[in-house]
Amino acid sequence: METTTSGFSFDLCARNARLEGKAPAAMKTGTTICGVVYKDGVVLGADTRATGGSEVADKNCAKIHYLAPNIYCCGAGTAADTEKTTELIASQLDLLRLSTSTQSRVVAAVTLLKRMLFKYQGHISAALVLGGVDCKGPHLYQIYPHGSTSKLPYVTMGSGSLAAMSVFETGYRDGMAEAEAVALVKDAIFGGIFNDLGSGSNCDITIIRQGGVPEVRRGYETPNETAPLRAAYARPASLRPPVGATPVLSTLVDVFDAPQPLAL
Amino acid sequence: MAVAYSGGVIMGADSRVSTGTYVANRVSDKVTAIHDKIYLCRSGSAADTQAVSDYVRHYLGAHAIECGRPPLVKTAANLCKRICYANKDRLLASVIVAGVDPYEGGSVYVIPLGGTCAKVPFAIGGSGSTYIYGHVDHVYRPDMTKAECVDFVKTAVERAMARDGSSGGIIRLVDISAEGVQRDFVVVN
Repeated sequence: METTTSGFSFDLCARNARLEGKAPAAMKTGTTICGVVYKDGVVLGADTRATGGSEVADKNCAKIHYLAPNIYCCGAGTAADTEKTTELIASQLDLLRLSTSTQSRVVAAVTLLKRMLFKYQGHISAALVLGGVDCKGPHLYQIYPHGSTSKLPYVTMGSGSLAAMSVFETGYRDGMAEAEAVALVKDAIFGGIFNDLGSGSNCDITIIRQGGVPEVRRGYETPNETAPLRAAYARPASLRPPVGATPVLSTLVDVFDAPQPLAL
Repeated sequence: MAVAYSGGVIMGADSRVSTGTYVANRVSDKVTAIHDKIYLCRSGSAADTQAVSDYVRHYLGAHAIECGRPPLVKTAANLCKRICYANKDRLLASVIVAGVDPYEGGSVYVIPLGGTCAKVPFAIGGSGSTYIYGHVDHVYRPDMTKAECVDFVKTAVERAMARDGSSGGIIRLVDISAEGVQRDFVVVN
């Protein structure tokens, strides 16, 4: 841009006119994420579809993020926002652990996240399901992009949250065993995968047990595998031409001059 | 809503949190503790009222430790008002502060959207409150007993929940007196 010495500058007129038409939209992920508290821990679940508008941008992305050795977090909303927000809080929790020499508390993670999201007044599109175990037992929270939080025994988030919640509302019982909880979370995510256009592909599951190592089950169930479908479909012979079926009618070889080495 | 009776207060609220037409939480707790015997009824934006109550809880806790005595309900209400008034153009928060202290007994303060603070014998707030102004003005009498107050709150919140689409779930009740705090809930249907 040139600097004029006198007169008005109308540089921003074109930009303003463009913005008045339609503001640029951020990429959102239609998502199904959920979590449930069971007898001795928390189970988190997520689908693996990432969308850019009506297009599937990634068929197998990971939406269950690490926050601390005993805390994991599912993210829905803008992919970049959930990814970077959880990374930032994970590092803050790490520093907190180093300075206090104690295990991270789930409330601490929730407080850090809600303060940050509230500060940005909803401009960070991160809708989170946060679960973990600490000295006080298993905890499960949902966090909205504006910074409000709820602590519940079962939660769902994302565009598929309605489908997943209907599964939870019919299937949840207090004090479930681990296998039951995992099956329920899988069914809830399947509810989103099959009934919500924004969700799809596979079901990831993370199990956080009281006094155990978290189990990250990436691709816990893959109901949309394409390889078996392709294998099952036999192409007619007419569509499988043999090698060399295309006749070579003529050949032309043109040799270009070798490039001269650059003299310095 | 909240009502003061001789020696304490009864607070009540529904439990619905909605985002647009979806019920985000059907069993939430809108009666939040900000000190041992001072509670807050939240209405408006969930994020805003949680942030305000977190600040008030922090400042009131520090204040109580500095003074070495239980804080006044008036102090809690004043702190709340300061935050709501100073940030009135950024917040969607209307709250009712109620509780007991050794100086004034049970008292109720209402802080509506603009950030005024008024001491009242009883207060209602939130989207459902508009439906029950006539009812509460008709039913309320000064010097009601504790049992009468519980019944007053229960029926008022129940009527508001029946008429207001944004209210629903269960009724949460909190009784705060010098003896202690007792929580209860009523499943309406």
